Amino acid sequence: MSSSTLTSAGPDRRARGAKTLFRRRSAISGFGLSLGVTVSLLSLVVLIPLSAVILQASGQSFSEVLAAGFSPRALGAFRLSFGAAFVAAAVNAVFGVLTAWALVRYEFPGKSIINGLVDLPFALPTAVAGIALAALYAPNGWVGQYLEPMGIKAAYTPLGVVIALTFIGLPFVVRTIEPVLRDLSADVEEAAASLGAGRLSIIGRVILPALGPAWLTGFALSFARGVGEYGSVIFIAGNMPFKSEIAPLLIVIQLEQFNYQAASTIAVVMLSASFAMLLVINAIQAWARKRSA
Amino acid sequence: MTISIRSVEKQFARYPALRGVSLEVQPGELLALLGPSGSGKTTLLRIIAGLEFPEAGQVAFDDQDVTFASAAARKVGFVFQQYALFRHMTVAKNIAFGLDVRKAKDRPARAEINRRVEELLGLVELGGLGGRYPAQLSGGQRQRVALARALAVSPQVLLLDEPFGALDATVRKSLRKELRRIHNATGVTTIFVTHDQEEALDLADRVAILNQGSIEQVGTPQEVYEQPASAFVCSFVGETNRFDGAVSGGRFVCGSVSLAVDCADGPKTAFVRPHDLVVAPDGFEAQIVRVTAQGPVIQIEAQTASDQPIEISLARQDAGSIAVGLTLRLAARKIHLFDPAD
Repeated sequence: MSSSTLTSAGPDRRARGAKTLFRRRSAISGFGLSLGVTVSLLSLVVLIPLSAVILQASGQSFSEVLAAGFSPRALGAFRLSFGAAFVAAAVNAVFGVLTAWALVRYEFPGKSIINGLVDLPFALPTAVAGIALAALYAPNGWVGQYLEPMGIKAAYTPLGVVIALTFIGLPFVVRTIEPVLRDLSADVEEAAASLGAGRLSIIGRVILPALGPAWLTGFALSFARGVGEYGSVIFIAGNMPFKSEIAPLLIVIQLEQFNYQAASTIAVVMLSASFAMLLVINAIQAWARKRSA
Repeated sequence: MTISIRSVEKQFARYPALRGVSLEVQPGELLALLGPSGSGKTTLLRIIAGLEFPEAGQVAFDDQDVTFASAAARKVGFVFQQYALFRHMTVAKNIAFGLDVRKAKDRPARAEINRRVEELLGLVELGGLGGRYPAQLSGGQRQRVALARALAVSPQVLLLDEPFGALDATVRKSLRKELRRIHNATGVTTIFVTHDQEEALDLADRVAILNQGSIEQVGTPQEVYEQPASAFVCSFVGETNRFDGAVSGGRFVCGSVSLAVDCADGPKTAFVRPHDLVVAPDGFEAQIVRVTAQGPVIQIEAQTASDQPIEISLARQDAGSIAVGLTLRLAARKIHLFDPAD
């Protein structure tokens, strides 16, 4: 509660209200300092680079923007980046729930090891993951040699991109769902059972809907990470234009050819997409918070 | 519906939760399972609900054996201490859940379900709150929703596990009255678990007192209070002064306390309720340590000559002059004597 609401009335109420917004007495000191540091750092690290990208891209005519950002090659790269990220996020949404379920609901030997392994994609340098995956799924690799006779080419195809993005995105789903699942106490299920609900009904009507918001958030996080992923993908993707070339790599290629404007145009398109996704994630979370505070 | 529990036994990993419990619950009765924590009362309730299964013994609804029937098959309403509401559903959806999950052929029409939900919202006095989410309700309101949800399926039995345990004292009191009213309105056989003896005596038709996995006594609140069957019941239900001593020649003696009794000689444990102690010229002596004079009854803490603390409740008109430091002479109107088992 601010002191301004207590000392109401009087003509200078609004002026004082504005002043006390920043000069509020509080038991937690350091508001000015921490807000100052936060705003400066955010500007320096996030806002200025982002505006530089937009500025760079805006110095060209509309037709140039279309040519660079929406060329067939760029469109192909976007399609792959967003498409593969979507498929990978969908795969993770399914297996992430199962993993989280196993980790929360059951006690089994080696549980803490599996629990740690889930976080590995977080911790592992993405290039390391990329090399490992490329080696595994190459036609002569451990896994690839069995896929090859079945006519499945994993490495150097869009499938390889999906595999890499699935690997990278799994912990996002598991770690967002886990706390919600843990919070969902056993007596909620017992309550449903005592009201006559069968096992499938309980899962379909009680557990999954309760997980819904966390599930969507995990999916969106995994998707967003997949869209921007670079290091783990480029080794396994093969990077053939129009086929297995992802958008972040296209930016690098344009930069290497000194096409700064084309690079930044692609960057702005990706930036807009990421921003839209961030908005969606936040909207989901706000909606979920409102319903189960 | 009559619920018969016959020699039910349940073992948890390290300790027995129930050791051969038998209990008969009459149709339309409101019965309390009262006991300290760890006495097995919640386990017994969960066995009746079908959320837990006994190792030995039988549970029967009327004459039908349901010992191993699932919770869903038993048609019981269960109310959890922490409400266990479905957080992603509105209040109305929560209440309708038991009807919504029925197979299509048994499910009432939409309009019929809505009508039932409205009726139940009215019964638990939450009219107009059907569109809210559980997170937007207070603790007492959530418990009312849980109650309405359990009643929606027209259960044959309503089971409540510490239904008021998580609520503050005022809400608890008013919900207690509410439960009694709802019980009278619906007439459904109801069993509730509590560790609060006041709640049990206030609300229940009959009380079953559990201790360490066994039922010590079943009776009306008056019976368990006035004729406790064991030392445990006597000390658990109501306030009491305990004396460990012996009877010889028609007198019970414990230190300086001496009371006239009608009982064979031998070591005994005696219990005297604070309001059963009266001022008597030939009684034992006790020095007043503290006086709380509120309302029509004066509460006195005193100490006997052999340094045992005792509590006395005296009606104001019988008290005479009371002050800290004075010595009273006391006798007992009523004494409960038990063999010194524990």
